[in-house]
Amino acid sequence: MLAATVRVTRDLDLAEECVQDAYARALTVWADGVPRNPAAWLTTAARNRAIDLLRRQDRLRRLLPELVVDDVDPAYERGGIPDDRLRLICTCCHPALAQPAQVALTLRLLCGLTTAEVARAFLVPEPTMAARLTRAKKKIAGAGIPYREPDAAELPERLAGVLEVVHLLFTTGHTASTGADLVRADLVERALQLGRMLRTLCPGSGDVAGLLALMLLTDARRDTRVDAEGRLVLLADQDRDRWDGEEIADGVALVRDALRLGGPGRYALQAAIAAVHAEAPSWEHTDWREIVGLYDVLGTIWPSPVVALNRAVAVGFADGPDAGLAALDALAGEPQLAGYGYLAASRADLLRRLDRGAEAALAYEEALHLTGNEVERAFLAARLAEVRPAPGG
Amino acid sequence: MSQYLILIYETEADYAAATPETFGQVSQAHTEFMEKHQDALVGGNALQPTQTATTVVAGAVTDGPFAETKEALGGYYLIEAPDLDAALAIAKECPARFGGVELRPVMVFD
Repeated sequence: MLAATVRVTRDLDLAEECVQDAYARALTVWADGVPRNPAAWLTTAARNRAIDLLRRQDRLRRLLPELVVDDVDPAYERGGIPDDRLRLICTCCHPALAQPAQVALTLRLLCGLTTAEVARAFLVPEPTMAARLTRAKKKIAGAGIPYREPDAAELPERLAGVLEVVHLLFTTGHTASTGADLVRADLVERALQLGRMLRTLCPGSGDVAGLLALMLLTDARRDTRVDAEGRLVLLADQDRDRWDGEEIADGVALVRDALRLGGPGRYALQAAIAAVHAEAPSWEHTDWREIVGLYDVLGTIWPSPVVALNRAVAVGFADGPDAGLAALDALAGEPQLAGYGYLAASRADLLRRLDRGAEAALAYEEALHLTGNEVERAFLAARLAEVRPAPGG
Repeated sequence: MSQYLILIYETEADYAAATPETFGQVSQAHTEFMEKHQDALVGGNALQPTQTATTVVAGAVTDGPFAETKEALGGYYLIEAPDLDAALAIAKECPARFGGVELRPVMVFD
């Protein structure tokens, strides 16, 4: 609705105002009965309000002929204009905006969160977020960031930025970097909602299918990642019967689509790895060879120390903890992994499995030092107590 | 249509050390850029190096550029484009082998 209105106003603030105005009018008009298609009614009201306001603005009068031509859109009459949402998300995630601003604008304008809610999502004070959003909107207006659909040639590049924003939203929600809860369900839901929307808008994109698959397959395990007391449960110990079968089925089908739609991309490969876990009947029966192989391909198309770290962990299960430790120690000098808690935690786990308690304890201490999430900290502390040699012994 | 200024920032030391052949290539690249985008081009100039710059603040005249930086403003183009994406497409082709360019929309007063 906002997307359809901003197409008329070409101004985000004005469009937001018109949408709020339409809701206010609905409260009085709908008292006599709700229209058959409330969303279409609201969108029409908001657009009409926008045209009304624009007509009053002298300096925009010259735009009127263009607006009148634009006024009746057959797709809109059918109840929705998917193109408008694609336009809006490409504006919100324009590379000329800083990424935190991209994420904030997307939550505010596409997911409809209030400024206070967006501020809470980023753990910043509301005035800070309000200022960030205002700055971003000013840049859109001042620099002339267009409100249009990217053409076929530029779509992949622009989509890459959009997908990064959605993925960031998901990972932020999936394991909250600070705070008492492991999962921030609100952010996860928003990311899934955006992923499904993009899948509708860009059915031909393997990256879109891959990202949605990755998010679904990861989220399918949500309920089993902590126990009744809120303690972390590792993949190895999760109750697989409680994984969300519907999300897994959707995710697996999407992985196939993603791989069919193009050369395997970063998200499709990560989703394929998640699918191997999702389809394994138990931890013991996980096909670790297959997972190492997928990480190998992933490492060639998307080289990153974090991928190498995950690969080393998989090697630790495919070929034993000694081999895993060797692969992991090869990464010790990676500057990008310095301060990355999962490196220390993975190392600690391999040392624990090798019965090298004293070294494992040191690694757990380091991991604890680098982890902000309370649920993860509790898990690491428990493991530390297990491996620490008894005093005097 | 909006106007955008393409500010070319490059490392002056690299130009000081450049061979005549390099200068020829840079000059050729700019000629090609200007020919290709002549419809969008409103104006532009190359500037003398910052060692020729003089700064005036509150009436006080001093030798040197306003800000001492490794990459200095060495030239600019003023272009006309329908939106930022169109302007960026042009800016991406602007030669700047020893640095990069900054794109700034020109302020319009109602």
